[in-house]
Amino acid sequence: MVEILKRTKALSVRPLKSSPTIGAALAFLGMDRAIPMLHGAQGCTAFAKVVLIQHFSDPIPMQTTAIDHTSAVMGADENVVEGLARVCVDAEPALIGLPTTGLTETEGADIQRTVREFRARYPQHADVAVVPVSTPDYVGSMESGFAAATKAMIDVLVPESDCSGRRANTVNLLAGPSLTPGDIEELRDLIAGFGLHAIVLPDLSGSLDGHLAPCDHSLVTTGGTRLEDVRAMGEAAATLVIGSALYGAAELLATKTGVPEYRFAHAMGLRGTDAIVAALSEISGRPVPSQVRRHRARLQDAMMDSHFLLGTAPVGISGDPEMLMAFGDLLASVGAELAVVVASDFSPVLRTLPADRVKIGDLEDFEAMAAVSRPAVLIGNSHLVSTAEELDIPLLRAGFPLSDILGGQQRVWVGYRGGCQTLFDLSNLVLARHHGPAPYRSVFSSPDLPGDSHGQAIETRGRPH
Amino acid sequence: MKQAAIAQLLDEPACPHNKGSKSGCARPVPGATAGGCTFDGAQIALLPITDVAHIVHGPIGCAGVSWDNRGAGTTGAGLYRVGMTTDLTEQDIIMGRGEKRLFHAIKQAIDTYSPAAVFVYATCVSALIGDDLSAACKAAEARWGVPVVPVDAAGFYGTKNLGNRIAGETMLRHVIGTREPDPIPSGIVPEGVTVHDVALVGEFNIAGEFWNVAPLFDELGLRIVGKISGDARFREVQAMHRSRCNMMVCSKSLLNVARKLKDRYGTPWFEGSFYGVRDTSQAFRDFARVLGDADLIARTEAMIAREEAKVDAELEPYRERLRGRKALLYTGGVKSWSVVSALQDLGIEVVATGVRKSTEEDKARIRELMGENAVMLENGNARRMIDICKTENADVMIAGGRNMYTALKARIPFLHINQEREYAYAGYAGMVELARRLVLTIENPIWPAMRDPAPWEED
Repeated sequence: MVEILKRTKALSVRPLKSSPTIGAALAFLGMDRAIPMLHGAQGCTAFAKVVLIQHFSDPIPMQTTAIDHTSAVMGADENVVEGLARVCVDAEPALIGLPTTGLTETEGADIQRTVREFRARYPQHADVAVVPVSTPDYVGSMESGFAAATKAMIDVLVPESDCSGRRANTVNLLAGPSLTPGDIEELRDLIAGFGLHAIVLPDLSGSLDGHLAPCDHSLVTTGGTRLEDVRAMGEAAATLVIGSALYGAAELLATKTGVPEYRFAHAMGLRGTDAIVAALSEISGRPVPSQVRRHRARLQDAMMDSHFLLGTAPVGISGDPEMLMAFGDLLASVGAELAVVVASDFSPVLRTLPADRVKIGDLEDFEAMAAVSRPAVLIGNSHLVSTAEELDIPLLRAGFPLSDILGGQQRVWVGYRGGCQTLFDLSNLVLARHHGPAPYRSVFSSPDLPGDSHGQAIETRGRPH
Repeated sequence: MKQAAIAQLLDEPACPHNKGSKSGCARPVPGATAGGCTFDGAQIALLPITDVAHIVHGPIGCAGVSWDNRGAGTTGAGLYRVGMTTDLTEQDIIMGRGEKRLFHAIKQAIDTYSPAAVFVYATCVSALIGDDLSAACKAAEARWGVPVVPVDAAGFYGTKNLGNRIAGETMLRHVIGTREPDPIPSGIVPEGVTVHDVALVGEFNIAGEFWNVAPLFDELGLRIVGKISGDARFREVQAMHRSRCNMMVCSKSLLNVARKLKDRYGTPWFEGSFYGVRDTSQAFRDFARVLGDADLIARTEAMIAREEAKVDAELEPYRERLRGRKALLYTGGVKSWSVVSALQDLGIEVVATGVRKSTEEDKARIRELMGENAVMLENGNARRMIDICKTENADVMIAGGRNMYTALKARIPFLHINQEREYAYAGYAGMVELARRLVLTIENPIWPAMRDPAPWEED
């Protein structure tokens, strides 16, 4: 049984958690020709935008309803209506995502009703999809915001239907918040190997993978899930859900369309990937392609090669619950020990982690715990760099935000190939710090002749009594 | 904060924006607004004070991932890089436990980190639920004997500029004048040199760029007794009132500080910039002129002659490579002309410059530098900036981080000049760095590969 240690401090120091509003914005950014407009003060958008730009090294379309001191007190519905109309004209988007913030939720915003008001007043923008979602900063984390926005998109965009399987070769892939654009592409390729076409929701691999688009400028995303594809999700043969955060969204999709769902807590490591591959084989009725078998065999080999280094290695990891689950299973599969686990927020899945205890907390907590148990390697976001340096423990950067490296968005963690590379990277970090015993030269041994020495002075540790 | 107090802050007699209909802090337009909020502005102005515990009193959105996000350099204390927030929960908000959590949070920060002071930033949510920041701070200060300063700059109060101004006002009200400067250590001042105490307002030591000029201050016997706020310590901000001459660096939004320091303590001040050779020299000349010390004036001129000759020689190889190149410049306020002159010194033709935050006075100086027909960009409309780059055949776009991808996605070489930049462009040495970075991007071999079609495509 995993012991969950709750937040006990009044002050959160070096926060690990990102806001659910950012998570929701990110999910909307996985849609084609989309732009999120955060319902809050202009800073809510500015902060989110800067962080996402740094993480993805890409422009981030994002607007704000720009609450000022008057609308903060007198009500901000007009800001929403006016802002939506403005964005429709300026950016000509296919979709506007409308997450709320702590400010407007405290104010008591009724975002659903306000969008209906916009619809009534601006019928000329009827073809622009608008998806409102309630994501106050003070409840949940990036992961829960991402999940809420994905569920809201299914709610608003997917019609109720009863034609599951009309497109026998199409599957839906609900891509959870811990997947990078690189991960999503890897999964899409895996699915394609079974002759299946995937409709991915939301599809960050199309929008935030870091590509140079043909057009020289765009106010909306240039790639991602297209609206017509979301609307057709009810015709797919099956829905694959990667990430426990999206189970609620998946349930809604299944209820609305009757498409059978396959749930996976994550897509990392041998067992995690095996489950997905087996399901794909079942759905497609095809055998597992030889290339996939080959990749699996390589991961098996990598597990053998790395277990010498990672077996019993204590690891410290911090992040959102879903990411902890994925890494936790991979690490446990090679015998590594989750010595320090800090989660940004509570989630029931934490109870199934292969760890003794999980702390809900911040990076100050993480550093204090890691200073005591001295893990061999740390896993976490860019804010963990100073801790890693302070403790002189190597760090594998994963999670959000990754602001001090390039290419984080293209990194592949999932599947057989992603698992292989992750194990290699972890092993190499441990290997580089491997220390044997300190050299010892007997006091009785004769001194080196001049020229014998390679310049290494060896300290004498013991003397006979 | 009361509406009247905000209105008073927006009315800054020393700011040329004050005249005319266009206020520097106009109401933001829903769906068409860029830039940070008042809270953001307050943090930008105060976070670089390195030995203070900066506590954000609000939910996670305000501080969650954005802490330790700006490159203000420090020569010592690093507490300002430690993100701290009360991370308010739904229960705190519904049950009104915010103030209580804040009170304990302040204690925790003091117990764990022994800060020189604690700054507590209001946010939209804590302001809206009516947490009494001042009372909580006052109680905490009385209880634990560490200065606790409330920064009442909630995001929805308005723009980033207003936040800068509130930050300045907060320092004036709670911090400046609460301590005398430390004595000058004996034996470090050369015979015959009089040390003058000066202060800087609006210099944030981004990317450590102030260190390019700091040694010159020492050399001239100008002691920076206090600063808002790059690499500043709390005790230095406290002692700022003893400055004999204040320099307002590149910023209109903190004018209230310079003006009120003059009203209150009679300290003369001038506006200046450390961008470009001419401006850097001018800044030192202005210090010498205002302080009116003949010996200082002579030594300043000697220093300027030496530094200008040195930088001139270092810039020569870059000038040859940059001569005749064209640049589009988009940056704020004073920089709209101070950087123009810096670029012109390098032989670069500036085809257009941004004037969003510039005053009529700034614009007059732009015309002086770029001619009567100078193209001035009133806003950062990306489409227009790209189009001008193309019609004018600009070789490079020089702008803030916000525009970086505008340029790159349009395959236009780019140089990052605003506050999140990673390279130090201030002072004489900064000018060489600027030239080096310009050459590096303009002449980079990647550009043809970005623009040419793939071999299998017809263009």
